[in-house]
Amino acid sequence: MTLSPSVPSRQKPFILALIGLGLVLPFAVYPVFLMKGLCFGLFAAAFNLLLGYVGLLSFGHAMFFGWSAYLTAYAAKEWGLTPEIAILLGVALATVLGAVVGWLAIRRQGIYFAMITLALAQLGFFVAVQAPMTHGEDGIQGVPRGHLFGLFDLSDTMTMYYFVLAVFVASLLFLHRVVNSPFGQVLKAIRDNEPRAVSLGYEVGRYKLIAFVLSSAFAGLAGSLKSLVFQLASLADVSWHMSGEVVLMTLLGGVGTVLGPMVGAFLVVAIQDFFAGIGSWVIIIQGVIFVVCVLLFRSGMIGVLAPWLKRRGITG
Amino acid sequence: MMTILGIPTQALFGQLLLGLINGAFYAMLSLGLALIFGLLNIINFSHGALYMMGAFVAWLALNFLGLGYWPALIVAPLVVALVGIIIERTMLCRLYKLDHLYGLLLTFGLALIIEGLFREGYGVSGQPYSVPKELAGGWNLGFMFLPIYRGWVVVASLVLCLGTWYAIEKTKLGAYLRAGTENPTLVQAFGINVPLMITLTYGFGVALAAIAGVLAAPIYQVSPKMGSDLIIVVFAVVVIGGMGSILGSIVTGYMLGLVEGLTKVFYPEAASTVIFMVMVVVLLIKPAGLFGKGA
Repeated sequence: MTLSPSVPSRQKPFILALIGLGLVLPFAVYPVFLMKGLCFGLFAAAFNLLLGYVGLLSFGHAMFFGWSAYLTAYAAKEWGLTPEIAILLGVALATVLGAVVGWLAIRRQGIYFAMITLALAQLGFFVAVQAPMTHGEDGIQGVPRGHLFGLFDLSDTMTMYYFVLAVFVASLLFLHRVVNSPFGQVLKAIRDNEPRAVSLGYEVGRYKLIAFVLSSAFAGLAGSLKSLVFQLASLADVSWHMSGEVVLMTLLGGVGTVLGPMVGAFLVVAIQDFFAGIGSWVIIIQGVIFVVCVLLFRSGMIGVLAPWLKRRGITG
Repeated sequence: MMTILGIPTQALFGQLLLGLINGAFYAMLSLGLALIFGLLNIINFSHGALYMMGAFVAWLALNFLGLGYWPALIVAPLVVALVGIIIERTMLCRLYKLDHLYGLLLTFGLALIIEGLFREGYGVSGQPYSVPKELAGGWNLGFMFLPIYRGWVVVASLVLCLGTWYAIEKTKLGAYLRAGTENPTLVQAFGINVPLMITLTYGFGVALAAIAGVLAAPIYQVSPKMGSDLIIVVFAVVVIGGMGSILGSIVTGYMLGLVEGLTKVFYPEAASTVIFMVMVVVLLIKPAGLFGKGA
């Protein structure tokens, strides 16, 4: 895999070091925890493409994550498809849903955009509650991980881990490439000053829609991977709590940064694991983090660390 | 037994009444949201949680202080308004110069905290709250049976909504409020204490939600989840109505409650989703909302 030319030369060693860390970490840390972090890191990175680079706050990303998880789980379990096909189906569904939701939601801006995506995702949630294929409260359980390309047995935890890591790295490099492409420049122009972008002749709606579809497709990829890792797709994946969690991860890590969502995802997953089993404290703590982030650290963890990283020429 | 379109009238009017009651809650909540948005430019995500808090204050007052329904109808909104004022003074007031989205995120966090605390204290299962004895029983109207309490909820919410509308459109205080929504700097220059007005508006908006919570307590069970289930539907109502007009948000609230009730009669499977579908249709035909102006 070659790094994209837009990556400044001084970032290359840093990125390679991170990938190296990803390769050796499962020998030190519980791999399922790492896979959970990577899945949610990808989910948050996909979400960040919208919030960080187009300035659109979607409060309904659970719809793409959750429905993609359902379809992948269903395809792997009921149709017996191989994991790569099941994942592709899930991503395809998320892409189509993203196109429809995006097409509807970009008619309004700002707060209304957030409320519309939230309401449409709730529509998706109620459909999931009623549809027979999702098995309601039970969810689709015992999803077989299968053999990747018919060769690699994913039921082996380490094989599954390296597959998730490979998909994660490739997706993040792709998203990084998108953000730094001429297309990404237009997105940032829309974020910073939409009327100006319109007056320069850009079809703002079309750019927003493409970004929305890309974002929902990668959110779907994250959901599909998650359903194979945990062998489960459930109502929790499509609920508004999930939409809120991805916002939290991105906000905590740092909106509009490449590393931020990943850092935020690992932090939130760690908090969930740490406080799991002691009632509602996970929700309360998540709420507190929201409040503290909005009031005190609007630039997130990476924003706090940015001056230090910049001095070392790591983030440009 | 009488029937209309093959549906027994008892069932039809019963569902319509239930729809009207749901509509009353949509109207009271979206009215509060619209008031708060007008002056603070914040979408109050914690509105549902504060509605739930109103119901819980009534339940706690009954079980620990022996305060009945009628005192609770006064006490709960006051307590919740106080909580709201503290939230506004300590947190929301720091966000007015920032992007509106931060207000949404902050109040979302607050909603999680409030809901989580009540879950931690009282579990997820609902607590029963009985109908006050003055309003127990019902009247047989011939075509339907009307539980008195449900009739009371519809009348009380109508009085509150129309009273609020009258206060905003026809009184001097309301004129200040509308002027403050239009141009706060200018209103401040005329010597009106705009920050105080903002604080009180937030307090009043969440007090409305709390009254809705107390009214809801005997109909639904008092549970920590009751707010988050409702608030997302109310958001859809707000998108459908647009937040430009006070009367518009009231009318939209009742109307959508009725639509939901009718759907329950004719196609129950779609009852939980019909409001979202109406939102989709409105977005396609009139993106600014039925009573909205601009984007």
